[in-house]
Amino acid sequence: MLELRDVTAGYGRTRVLENVSIEVPEGGAVAIMGHNGAGKTTLLRVAVGLLPVMSGQVLLDGEDVTRLRPNKRVRRGVGYVPQGQLCFPQMTTLENLQLVSTDRVEIDGVLGTFPALVELLSRRAGLLSGGQRQQLAIARTLLTKPRLLILDEPTEGIQPNVVAEIEAVIAALTTRGDLSVLLVEQHVGFALRSTGSYYVLESGRITSNGTGGAGALEAVRAAMAV
Amino acid sequence: MDAFTTPLLAGTATGALLLIAALGLALTFGQMGVINMAHGEFLMAGAYTTYLTQQVVTNTDVSILVALPAAFLVAGSLGLLLEVAIISWMYRRPLDTLLVTVGVSLLLQQLAKDVFGAQGDPVQTPGWLDGFIDVFGYHWPYRQMFTILLAVAALVGLGLLLKYTAYGRQIRATVQNRDLAETMGVSTRTIDRVTFFVGSGLAGVGGVAVSLISGTNPNLGTTYIISAFLVVVAGGLGQLKGTVIAAFAVGIVTAFFTDWFSSSMAQVFTFALVVIFLQLKPQGLFTVRTRGLA
Repeated sequence: MLELRDVTAGYGRTRVLENVSIEVPEGGAVAIMGHNGAGKTTLLRVAVGLLPVMSGQVLLDGEDVTRLRPNKRVRRGVGYVPQGQLCFPQMTTLENLQLVSTDRVEIDGVLGTFPALVELLSRRAGLLSGGQRQQLAIARTLLTKPRLLILDEPTEGIQPNVVAEIEAVIAALTTRGDLSVLLVEQHVGFALRSTGSYYVLESGRITSNGTGGAGALEAVRAAMAV
Repeated sequence: MDAFTTPLLAGTATGALLLIAALGLALTFGQMGVINMAHGEFLMAGAYTTYLTQQVVTNTDVSILVALPAAFLVAGSLGLLLEVAIISWMYRRPLDTLLVTVGVSLLLQQLAKDVFGAQGDPVQTPGWLDGFIDVFGYHWPYRQMFTILLAVAALVGLGLLLKYTAYGRQIRATVQNRDLAETMGVSTRTIDRVTFFVGSGLAGVGGVAVSLISGTNPNLGTTYIISAFLVVVAGGLGQLKGTVIAAFAVGIVTAFFTDWFSSSMAQVFTFALVVIFLQLKPQGLFTVRTRGLA
């Protein structure tokens, strides 16, 4: 589904990623783990096209999309939920959703996944709580009908009861079978429970990778130990 | 009573003119952050389009109605050309944009002088605008009332466009978070261009109103550009309601100052008032409230 091949990327002359290669299989779920500043968000920004590569390739369904703009990648099925519960703060919750689709059936579909948003439709998104904004961000991205869902720290900075709801939704999405997931997450246990394989990123390089299951948690913790 | 109604009504019409000019700027400067000093010349283009339309459609009752969409298209196309040829290469470089658009402004003024002459040309008022109503002794010209109607129509049209259309949502989304809009499938490059077309086109519509009041003039844009920027900043960036209030406030206050002192001193006093206001309220009349992260 998605492949980053020998990608080097960064900001200005600073290289944040060095020859990084990862693969997200069709229908599979992959976690990227690493400490703060390891380059996880940079990797995702390269994957969605917000950051150009210095060298290397981004492949989608085997096709080179390295120079394709983000909005074109969305049309090819790349959905992105960025870090920080980003929304369009001066637009209402409903307008945030209508930016992607005005089809009432489709909107009702994502509201079924996040029922807490139903009563907030007319409220400006900038006035929602962090958890509500994150639910809105995921719902809005689901409306783009992604075949690959890229999530950057979806539970970061959110109160525990909402975290449980979001984790349940993500767990359900990763087992859907028709959706590939690339997840960056600080909570190692949740990330491994939700995905089938993982990569550990340290200082812009992949230092280890493997599949989930028994022993993965210890292996990742050991790989991330300083 | 005349000492009050004359500057109030004349100032309201001036405010309406400022509003039309500022609405376009509210889009390109207030929302996109582009300092386009050639925006005033799009007003001038609208005024000359009115003049040229009257050369082709000699029935002045009809020509003004033809001139309105024509001026929108001409000024909008000039704005689009400017965006594609120059400004799109300079996003996030405001100083460069400012300097280059000052150059474009001078170029367009010189072009108008070369083509139409330095003196300007009169624009015929249509019969249905040639009259006035008596308001407490002030003969309020239909032309000024037409300007106010035009401003209200432009405001309502723009408001409906931004609020209720997919294109409007895409403009607002692009303004609020360009990267996020891109990842929601919005082609922000296309939105930039269409926004510039609409913003510049509105200036063209303003030019039609200006031409009815003062005819055409190659330097017409410079009369309004600074005041229009002042209105957008004082109203609060990204807030149309602030732009509306600021436009009429600046128009009316300037009219009173003109009545009490002189035209040039009125400009000085109005600018001074706005500067004092911005010292007290640097974000302008209205600011955007959010709970936390945006």
